[in-house]
Amino acid sequence: MAVSLREYRARIKSVESTKKITRAMELIAASRIIKAQQRAQQAAPYARELTRAVSALVTYSNVKHPLTTEPENPRRAAVLIVTSDRGLAGAYSSSVLKEAERLAERLRSEGKEVVTFIAGRKGEGYYRFRSRPVRETWTGFSDQPRYENARAIGEALIGAFVADTDSEDGVDEVHLVYTMFRSMLVQEPHSVRMLPLEVVEGEEKPDADEVLPLYEFEPSPQTVLDELLPKYVQSRIFFALLQASASELAARQKAMKSATDNAEELIKKYTQIANQARQAGITQEISEIVGGVNALADANAAAE
Amino acid sequence: MPNTMQVSLVAADREVWSGEATVVNARTLAGEIGIMANHQPIMSVLAPGQVDVRTVDDGHWVAAVDGGFISVANNQVRLLCEYAELSHESDYEEAKRLLDERKARDESSAQG
Repeated sequence: MAVSLREYRARIKSVESTKKITRAMELIAASRIIKAQQRAQQAAPYARELTRAVSALVTYSNVKHPLTTEPENPRRAAVLIVTSDRGLAGAYSSSVLKEAERLAERLRSEGKEVVTFIAGRKGEGYYRFRSRPVRETWTGFSDQPRYENARAIGEALIGAFVADTDSEDGVDEVHLVYTMFRSMLVQEPHSVRMLPLEVVEGEEKPDADEVLPLYEFEPSPQTVLDELLPKYVQSRIFFALLQASASELAARQKAMKSATDNAEELIKKYTQIANQARQAGITQEISEIVGGVNALADANAAAE
Repeated sequence: MPNTMQVSLVAADREVWSGEATVVNARTLAGEIGIMANHQPIMSVLAPGQVDVRTVDDGHWVAAVDGGFISVANNQVRLLCEYAELSHESDYEEAKRLLDERKARDESSAQG
């Protein structure tokens, strides 16, 4: 019995050290999530102002722009999937990948060819393991995205969208799959069509009763729109990246919390079993001694 | 009519400055533009360069911007830039180091 007692003790020790690690990761995620939310808040003024500018421009001038025109029969669609760089975040990456699969399925059923773009190492690994083609990947910033990252992604996606569809690189639509941060408890995978742009949508819309000023555009509405729309796209990508990073941290915190809880349960269970084993050992030793003493007494009695 | 206006300089990841000001000078693609209170609504594309603002309390600040937009409406001036940095917040040594690094990288990539 002594061997298994030692075994249980070793197991308890190893679970204890795992628990220490998961607990530390939980705390780190919890502290980073506040920062991630602050970053999202700090980025909000820019997105809001940009949306106002775009809606003013579209309301008061009748300019057409390649980024807002619907192609006549879309044949190829690009999908950008925002995943995490690191694991141990529960179902975070797999649920966003599942959402992407659903979207790709739908696009294919509409007769469109799907071109994949990926942000984050987990998505990259997932696609490489299944040896599926990926046009471009960006990694290394999933928990702290910077504006440069959004800009690089935006430039690639706009480039693909503007390129002629008859050529190899051109796409007719751009979709974005990322995880929305609803609250600390709820994060849901979300897919939106980003290009061609449908201007003024979502939560950042200015109030309906707010009268937009009659702007004068310099040098010309067309030039302003040319400059404004790519920035608008990049800012939306940045918004998605920030949402995704907050979601990733929340998912990680949740996953690590349940891992810590599980470790506690295991330790409790193993401690009980170890105590039982120890007690059983003692009981056996006592009964062996008693049995031996009895046998001796019987032998002595027989000899007399 | 008030002779001051609300000015905000917003970068992609933060609000750099906001407050009351009397004059804003900026460079747009069409040329230099000076804005005082109650300017007519205008929206224009900024050229990379500097933005110069005189605040209400006779203060003055200069910021470097990498392009972007200026929109003026309802006595509010909004400067939207991807990157913006106030002169009194920027670190000359750090900027110089980054510039040198960048130059070195460009040179090595030009050779390679």
